[in-house]
Amino acid sequence: MAIIEVSGVRKAYGGKLAVDGVSFSVEEGEIFGVLGPNGAGKTTTVECVEGLRVPDAGTVRVAGLDPVADHHEVTQILGAQLQQSELQQKLTVREALDLYASFYRKPADGLGLARRLGLEDRLDARFGKLSGGQKQRLFIALALIGSPRVVVLDELTTGLDPRGRRDTWALIEDIRDSGVTVLLVTHFMEEAQRLCDRVAVIDAGRVVALDTPEGLVRQAASSTVITFTPSKPLDERDLAELPGVASVAEKNARLTINGTDDTVNAVISLLARRGVTARQLRVADATLDDAFLDLTGRGGPDGPDARREAFEQDGPPASGLARTETEGVH
Amino acid sequence: MPATAHTSTTPPGNTPASATPARARVPMLSGAVLRTEIRLMCREPGAIFWVVLFPTLLLSILGLIPGFREPDPKHGGLRVVDLYVPIAVLLSMITAGIQSMPTVLTGYRERGILRRLSTTPARPVSLLLAQITVHGAAIAVAAVLALAVGRIAFDVPLPEQPFGYALAFVLAALSALALGTVVSALSSTTKMSSVLGSIVFFPAMFTAGVWLPVQSMPETLQTIVEFSPLGAASQSLDQAMSGNWPDLAHLGVTGLWAALLIAVAARWFRWE
Repeated sequence: MAIIEVSGVRKAYGGKLAVDGVSFSVEEGEIFGVLGPNGAGKTTTVECVEGLRVPDAGTVRVAGLDPVADHHEVTQILGAQLQQSELQQKLTVREALDLYASFYRKPADGLGLARRLGLEDRLDARFGKLSGGQKQRLFIALALIGSPRVVVLDELTTGLDPRGRRDTWALIEDIRDSGVTVLLVTHFMEEAQRLCDRVAVIDAGRVVALDTPEGLVRQAASSTVITFTPSKPLDERDLAELPGVASVAEKNARLTINGTDDTVNAVISLLARRGVTARQLRVADATLDDAFLDLTGRGGPDGPDARREAFEQDGPPASGLARTETEGVH
Repeated sequence: MPATAHTSTTPPGNTPASATPARARVPMLSGAVLRTEIRLMCREPGAIFWVVLFPTLLLSILGLIPGFREPDPKHGGLRVVDLYVPIAVLLSMITAGIQSMPTVLTGYRERGILRRLSTTPARPVSLLLAQITVHGAAIAVAAVLALAVGRIAFDVPLPEQPFGYALAFVLAALSALALGTVVSALSSTTKMSSVLGSIVFFPAMFTAGVWLPVQSMPETLQTIVEFSPLGAASQSLDQAMSGNWPDLAHLGVTGLWAALLIAVAARWFRWE
């Protein structure tokens, strides 16, 4: 049964449409990702789920409840971590946990949560003295303190170092394993690929794709990336004519070909026909990055390149890490 | 209660959520939030100094000047130190309401603390009310301190009309705290609220008589100042000190200001 149902939600600010008819539903027990470039309407969408915003049109239901009309009941079952929020600077971790626990009918064990989140040594530290990672972990603890059925995590790992990010991911998996549904807003592809059962890609206020991360990669025009250094130069035109090729690029005598599984076989037989050896041949699945750029670049106001640049400004999506590399066939 | 008649078989405390409007069951002021804000106020030595201690310190310094302890026919036979006890009380209201509270409230909004609270079963208004309560309590402590030091160190008699004094005190404190909430409502950043606070701070100090007691002002100026919330409050407190019931006009001016400012704050205060 769907625990979150969003259907046809629209929201405009001062005449500018931020969310333009977004629909999706989240099943109980899954990690559902909301992915998109900055300003795509991700946060506005989840704010409607949290009851912080009233949609102009459409409906939102959390466990059958309206987050605005039944706000009090929804807050009892939905824990939230907001993109930009803080606590009183001089409030200690312990006091924050106790305070937030007092709001709920069935609070979780605050000390247990602190232990699980590695905050047990910082219980008497003031919020203002915590590191970025500790603050984030405290916010996760506060999102979980009401024993919620759903948690909404909005750009949880932005600003964390790679180590902190990985620890947080393990934590989110723990949360799901304890039976809590997770709605995760992110612009890190690697995060979505690693954690999410399903992902809704939002661009310019609309859902442009909704699938499993693997499904999204398959949907993309070029699902396979082939790279190698040929022992002697190859004509790029020959390569471009091979089946399924989406693009060919050369850099420092190294070729990168985007294509499909068919392309791989065709490239190998071409190399054999020409008697060319391929040094350091790598065949990798495209990442969600590639799929994402493919999905959000299409038909947008600015071309794919502009989008790629705009996107890369908010932090390099660590591609490559998620690639399943196959060592050279030769 | 016809609205809940159909749930009469349900034991009390187990009423389904749909039977009563959710909002109605959530208290506006949460005890846990109030306790937290009291604790946090105690961690702000600066705020405690300016709100609680400074007014009495000023009173003591003035009281140490020998000339200010002599009855002066210009002030109807009162000593300057007598006039400064109510002024110290008003000064505490000004620092609490206009200097301290708006910065805290605007900071809570700016830092998303009010917003974070909106995602919990507690309501953000509980944080606003807790702040008003904490600052109100600090003003009350400051007033008791000023009256006690005035009485013990400088022989200033306690208010002879305690009920009139209490009423004037409550109205004045309400108007100062409401003014601070309006300052916070009109400021989007803490920087803006401290600038706006300072703009309001000096006229408030002047009308409360911190530089020149209202009772010593030239008649025309006095009449003008009596239309301000704290100028009128100064007259009310002064009358209650000497045993008279404060003029209805003075109480009315402060009360109307308080009502107006509360209405403005309620209309314009934003949670995010």
